[in-house]
Amino acid sequence: AMEDVSAKFVSQKISRTRWRPLPAAALQPPDLFATGSWDNEDNRISIWSAGDLGNAGLNGEYHGEPHLLCDIQHNGDVMDMQFLDQERIVVASSTGTVTIFRHHQNNQTLSAHHRWEKAHYHVDQDTSCGGAACTGVVCNNPEIVTVGEDGRINLFRADQKDAVRTIDNADSSTLHAVTFLRTTEILTVNSIGQLKIWDLRQQRSEPSQIFSLAGDRVPLHCVDRHPNQQHIVATGGQDGMLSIWDIRQGTMPVSLLNAHEAEMWEVHFHPSDPDHLFTCSEDGSLWHWDTSTNVSEKPSFLHQGGRSTAYLSHSTINQSVVSAWLSNDPTKDRMEITNLIPNQTLSVNSLDVLGPCLVYGTDAEAIYVNRQLFA
Amino acid sequence: APLMDTVPPQVVPGADPSARQLCFAWGPAEVLVCETLFGRAGESRSRCLSRSPSPSRFWGAGRAGAAARALTGSVAGTGEGAPSSSRVFVVRRDQDIYIQTLRKLFNESHGIFMGLQRSEEELAGKSRKAQLVQVSKNYRSVIRACMEDMHQAAVSTRDPALQGQYSTQVSILSAMELIWNLCEILFVEAAAAGPLLLRLLDWVRLHVCDVDSMVREVLSSESPSKHKLFWNVVDVFVLQGRMDEARHLLSKEATANPTSMNMYKILDDLMKKMPVPSLGNTQTLTELELKWQHWHEECQRYLQDGTFASHPHMESICKILLGDEDAILEKKELMTTWYHFLVTRLLYSHPTVKPLELRFYAQSSMDLFLGGESSPEPLDMILMAAFEFEMHQVIKECSIVLSNWWFVAHLTDLLDHCKLLQSHNLYFGSNMREFLLLEYASGLFSHHSLWQLGVDYFDHCPEYGRVYLELHIERIPLSTEQKALKVLRICEQRQMHEQVRSICKIMAMKALRNNRLGSALSWSIRAKDAAFATLISDRFLKDYCERGCFSDLDLIDNLGPSMLLSDRLTFLGKYREFHRLYGEKRFPEAARLLLTLMTAHIAPCSFWMTLLTDALPLLEQKEVIFSAEQTYELMRCLEDLTAGNPDKQKFQDDDVETTKVEMLRLALARNLARVIVKEGTVEGS
Repeated sequence: AMEDVSAKFVSQKISRTRWRPLPAAALQPPDLFATGSWDNEDNRISIWSAGDLGNAGLNGEYHGEPHLLCDIQHNGDVMDMQFLDQERIVVASSTGTVTIFRHHQNNQTLSAHHRWEKAHYHVDQDTSCGGAACTGVVCNNPEIVTVGEDGRINLFRADQKDAVRTIDNADSSTLHAVTFLRTTEILTVNSIGQLKIWDLRQQRSEPSQIFSLAGDRVPLHCVDRHPNQQHIVATGGQDGMLSIWDIRQGTMPVSLLNAHEAEMWEVHFHPSDPDHLFTCSEDGSLWHWDTSTNVSEKPSFLHQGGRSTAYLSHSTINQSVVSAWLSNDPTKDRMEITNLIPNQTLSVNSLDVLGPCLVYGTDAEAIYVNRQLFA
Repeated sequence: APLMDTVPPQVVPGADPSARQLCFAWGPAEVLVCETLFGRAGESRSRCLSRSPSPSRFWGAGRAGAAARALTGSVAGTGEGAPSSSRVFVVRRDQDIYIQTLRKLFNESHGIFMGLQRSEEELAGKSRKAQLVQVSKNYRSVIRACMEDMHQAAVSTRDPALQGQYSTQVSILSAMELIWNLCEILFVEAAAAGPLLLRLLDWVRLHVCDVDSMVREVLSSESPSKHKLFWNVVDVFVLQGRMDEARHLLSKEATANPTSMNMYKILDDLMKKMPVPSLGNTQTLTELELKWQHWHEECQRYLQDGTFASHPHMESICKILLGDEDAILEKKELMTTWYHFLVTRLLYSHPTVKPLELRFYAQSSMDLFLGGESSPEPLDMILMAAFEFEMHQVIKECSIVLSNWWFVAHLTDLLDHCKLLQSHNLYFGSNMREFLLLEYASGLFSHHSLWQLGVDYFDHCPEYGRVYLELHIERIPLSTEQKALKVLRICEQRQMHEQVRSICKIMAMKALRNNRLGSALSWSIRAKDAAFATLISDRFLKDYCERGCFSDLDLIDNLGPSMLLSDRLTFLGKYREFHRLYGEKRFPEAARLLLTLMTAHIAPCSFWMTLLTDALPLLEQKEVIFSAEQTYELMRCLEDLTAGNPDKQKFQDDDVETTKVEMLRLALARNLARVIVKEGTVEGS
């Protein structure tokens, strides 16, 4: 419901919002999130408190807008951002640099913890023409994978100075996003409509599989994998189309779903209830895709921890015969979709969901927190 | 009078026209001022003047590229003058755009603006008016929120310069809200006689805050009636028509001072009985006037029979109730402004004042209040213009005084939606609303990151918005592909084909420079730029010729329908297909494709030699692959190439090429021999 959403204008265009992951045994909803800005003369990484938990009202609703805990200057646009653990955030910059920031919770400060200068670059790393934008980052502590406009894939370890593995010219077009498929395999999407699987154990610099949109090669901008059923992958494209892929079969998407009218910037399965999916777009909308409508009992989000404890719901989901995402015509079958932002005009660049909470950021320089997503 | 000709001069810091001759170039959002190498000749002026460029100047100057060129020309073209470095000053108009806290104002009001443009024009009468008043209130609440933030920033900063800047902004914002609120009452809501006074009272109560601290101090003291400022506070309440609060305070005085109890009771009764206009339709104006007349006479009686004679404070209050100008003016310090005086005067002398009568009372109130001691300031003139219902004057004065275009642009747009500005066209064709929106949006576009907001404002300027957008959007630096995609989306949604092409070309060129052929190609495919796709295909082919293998196979193998964008791209795709067939040892198919590439003229002539060389290994295969007919065709291709080629000289001079041609001829001849034998054998058997 809209009344549960609190907004704050922050005087910077927001390119990324990320909830801090919860410890495995956590019972409470997430309380802290990070944002990154873009297209400013002075870009920043900021840590926010989602609202005052102490001020919970009689009905359990929370009051107060997000407030800033600390921030730090960041060189270049923040292109992507991911928490490595409770304290460290990996940030991809338009300058090609990848930085790990540490959030010191005792004195509420941020500091640059480690930096890979020009992890992405054009032509020659040593010449001044230098950096290429790093467009995507994904972490699986201690491993960090980055992709960029230079078509390069880097594998870093948080504790190692140099890249563990670099695949130069992995893609001849721009890589827009990356995510882990399994611990040693990654998925990338590029600007000619391809979804590729890379096995990082293999030494050859070619993908192990290439999937591709039919017809016009519409660029893909974002990718996420179903948290429990790893063969189900969702991508979002330049035309706003949501594609669902079954990577066990075929080379084309299982279904194409249309809701957005412009670039889909992010797609996220709900980490602990993957019947729900969230997408945001340049057209200023944020869609909630819900395939759970015929599931009689909704799981309780409050009592599941963060992403690391998603296995809690694993067994129940495996019992369902076919995932709703792969049924032939999900729109007819049992999908309900809702735009969570009516009347928004400027782009929603980023969103993140965790437990019952949603956070998103816009080019209208505002961040929004919804703490009762399923109320 | 044209709006812009009254913009006051501004000094460009550092530019000194007395020492150097300066030249100018006008851009849509900024002015470039350049020192030339000429010494200052003729009469010297003491300072450099710059004005916001008027639209006519803007149209003359064109885009920034042209302006920049004009500048370098003027510097480079001089041989004389003092030989020292010249400086270029970039003069921005809308400095306020760069204040961090104000970005909240710009972004939040953008949402309200867009809502207003979308709002239902069909809503008639009262509900439309209510809608517009609500929009006006939303704008004001954004101003107030911004003011609070700015105030907070001023309080929390330790830098005195910054503190000064913030405080200045707080007072500017507060003036904006004051003016907006008055415009809301007079123009948007257009309050009628009766309710008008109530609105004006609210307005004064909201904005005259200088006395608030005094009120707080007295009310929080242990015994308010003993406080030395007690009567001041009572007077403040009376002057602002806050009768209940005044009576409450007076009751404290009465209990502390039993001797004046009787006097107090009479005054309290008068204050209680004072008739006020009601917001509902419960009484007519005539009823009110009658009641008021009656009450007025009663006050008059008490004053004349000396009821309050022994108590100067109460007597002065009674005089105020009677609307005695001298008695009210005595409290000048408590009112602080002439418009408070005006509203107090109206409350106690003309409670049923009609909108169009306001101008007379306003003028005389200002004259009386200032009393020739001080001259009216710009804010006074703006409010006066509002009371006179001179809407255009209000907007004009605000444009001159306020340091940003935000206020006038949004207020004018709102008034235009109230259908109040239609008759007014400016001399250069577009109307005032559009003119101001264009100015504001141009300011946004000059900002590093607020440019996105500007787009929507241009969209709602029917006359010149499109042209402005076209000019501005080309100036947005495309630092990353992501940003380029956002700019591109804006252009595509508005069918700005030329800009779409130009953005894609810029990005494709960038990618090409970085040796990212795949990215370059996908940008030209997006713009459907055939010429550029050809250029890139040639780069691919050149790379192939140099290195003997293809780069970016993932792209070339997946061209799909985009292959048809340019002939060269088609050739590239087909040629790669030949290599794939060859690699898969599907020789007859490969041979057929290779030949077709030449005979159907898909391959550029410059590439024929490479193709023929590619035929060599096929000719040398153990199996015969090319048929006799195909071999003849290959021979013809080779002869066409060597004979018909205008660069014949080149072949003769180049030993390698000559050898290649000889080898080919030999291979073709051998193949022909083999195939004749083979075909003869097959046919014969």
